[in-house]
Amino acid sequence: MAILVDENTKVLVQGITGGFGGKHAQLSLDYGTKLVAGVTPGKGGQVFEHGGHKVPIFDTVEQAARETGATASAIFVPPPFAADAILEAVDAGMALVVAITEGIPVMDMMRAKEAMCGSSSRLIGPNCPGIVTPGRGPDSSGGCRIGIAPGYIHQRGKVGIVSRSGTLTYEAVWQTTQLGFGQSTCVGIGGDPINGTSHLDCLKLFNEDPETEAIIMIGEIGGSAEAEAARWAKEFCRKPIAGFIAGATAPAGRRMGHAGAIVGGAEDTAEAKKAILAECGITVAETPAEIGTALARAAGW
Amino acid sequence: MNIHEYQAKELFDKFSVPSPRGTVAGTPEEAVAAAKAIRGKGLVIKAQVHAGGRGKGTFKNGFKGGVHLIDTPEQAGEFAAKMLGETLVTKQTGEEGKLVRKVMVAESVDIAHEYYLAILLDRATARPVIVASTEGGMDIEEVAEKTPEKILRVFIHPLAGLQAYEVRKLTAGLGLKGAQAKAFGKLLTNLYKLFLDCDCSMVEINPLVETPAGEILALDAKFGFDDNALYRHPDIVAYRDTDEEDPREVAASWAGLNYIGLDGNIACLVNGAGLAMATMDIIKYAGGEPANFLDVGGGATKEQVVAAFRIITGDPKVEAILVNIFGGIMDCNVIAEGIVAATKEVALKIPLVVRLEGNNVAEGKKTLAASGLNLIAADDILDAAKKVVASTK
Repeated sequence: MAILVDENTKVLVQGITGGFGGKHAQLSLDYGTKLVAGVTPGKGGQVFEHGGHKVPIFDTVEQAARETGATASAIFVPPPFAADAILEAVDAGMALVVAITEGIPVMDMMRAKEAMCGSSSRLIGPNCPGIVTPGRGPDSSGGCRIGIAPGYIHQRGKVGIVSRSGTLTYEAVWQTTQLGFGQSTCVGIGGDPINGTSHLDCLKLFNEDPETEAIIMIGEIGGSAEAEAARWAKEFCRKPIAGFIAGATAPAGRRMGHAGAIVGGAEDTAEAKKAILAECGITVAETPAEIGTALARAAGW
Repeated sequence: MNIHEYQAKELFDKFSVPSPRGTVAGTPEEAVAAAKAIRGKGLVIKAQVHAGGRGKGTFKNGFKGGVHLIDTPEQAGEFAAKMLGETLVTKQTGEEGKLVRKVMVAESVDIAHEYYLAILLDRATARPVIVASTEGGMDIEEVAEKTPEKILRVFIHPLAGLQAYEVRKLTAGLGLKGAQAKAFGKLLTNLYKLFLDCDCSMVEINPLVETPAGEILALDAKFGFDDNALYRHPDIVAYRDTDEEDPREVAASWAGLNYIGLDGNIACLVNGAGLAMATMDIIKYAGGEPANFLDVGGGATKEQVVAAFRIITGDPKVEAILVNIFGGIMDCNVIAEGIVAATKEVALKIPLVVRLEGNNVAEGKKTLAASGLNLIAADDILDAAKKVVASTK
């Protein structure tokens, strides 16, 4: 099991001929991900070659899906064109759309999110590290890696991880690998104020996944998504959860790198969120160095 | 990014959002000319700085008040001479104050009633929300807390846009009738267009005033813009006034670094926004005070690391540096080479604690060891934070 993606998921990359998209397409192929197609308008018919793999490139997502059977898309398209790329993937019926692109105008995302309402596609991101379901080979190879996370830090196992931040996800992954717990699936939902999949969506999915035995939820200042997820978990989640919230020392009103990481009111400070998480029965790690041990405490491992 | 009052006025004019007539002036002569051009019966002259509390502020030359009522064009010149080139200290500027480079001369309007009107992007619903209240001119958060029934909210459909009935709902809610209702409806429709067309994250008018003559005018405004969308708004980028910003942050933005200056004594250099925030938090947890937020990003070059060191060591309050890198894809050796180059260039005299983890970490550690640099190595973030705090004690 695992959630959303597994070793059989067929993935395409929108923006595969760009520097960033190309590099991470190579790393996903090395990891053993079934990367079956690339899409770059105007470059249809070309082939993306790497390490013996020959990945066909198409002009449109629709063609790529029809020819290869891909069901998940990774978007590495530059910000001005990213909302369009998301909607193209939705139109082509991608079950999962993972938008890695950082810096998409909020108004574009607002419109794209509304426009994809009622479709059967799920959006992860934007401005996110993507999603990894680790494989069972050496250094977790053979899994499904969509996005930019380092594959080798993972280990197939029993912890579901959801986080807004990329590097904090890696910290949590690395700690759970070193402690021998491993991960079922790791989802980076992104640091933008308007995104697709939320903390709550991921908790619900992990709750239903038999392979996931415990959950790590990492959040930060700004918005109310972590509180909303925690309140749901208090009532419905059957699995132990450890949490961490970054940004306790962030000054109010300043955007801390992520467009969404900004303290606007009394409710979205780190202190307020930690208090809500704790009230809802989530074991809160005081520092990012203790996420793994906090989870061990929560789960009784 | 913040903009000046006179720039906000320019945007209002461009989108036909009525506001009092006014002109910006950079010299006393220009102020006189501006006052003559307006020919209103009462005028006001206002110092242009990015800070609130101007009216009650004091200039370092002893002159009191950054906002004054004036009666004649000559007076505009006199007051401008006392403000321009002088430093204004208000409760929001801190002790150092802000240098006044421009003043605005505007008509002073009589007020029959003050309203509140704002449009912002609501995260929870992912749509714009219009907030209006009959209780203008005061702290809106206080109004919301004490009399929540006096706050009107209308959420706008992102694709359908602002509907006429939504305008009528707000107009009725504010108790506006006749010509005022019509004027407000027009102002709101134009303001919504401005909000969308300029990619604002927020536009707040407080107060929105009704004059005894029945005009509806935006008297004072605050704007927020979506940084991600600035690439398609060169006109708004041109409003940026780097003189009003922290010089450390200006230098960082030229180097393509994500930096925010704080007041502590321990600088940090981190990859990733979440980890950078968490590193600040853990410095505080270990008993120190962070001097900055600094995210070098996932694809930092050696040159950017050098630029980052230049900025953090240029801050006289900094007593120690913590480098915290979890190189997922980022090559730890690139960071290590950047550190070595930077410490040579800036002749580092303060303690440096380095925690490297991840991609190519062995090479990175080798590079640091071979450089003969006197640095303190750490195993994990907590260890690093404790060591950097101890180094300042």
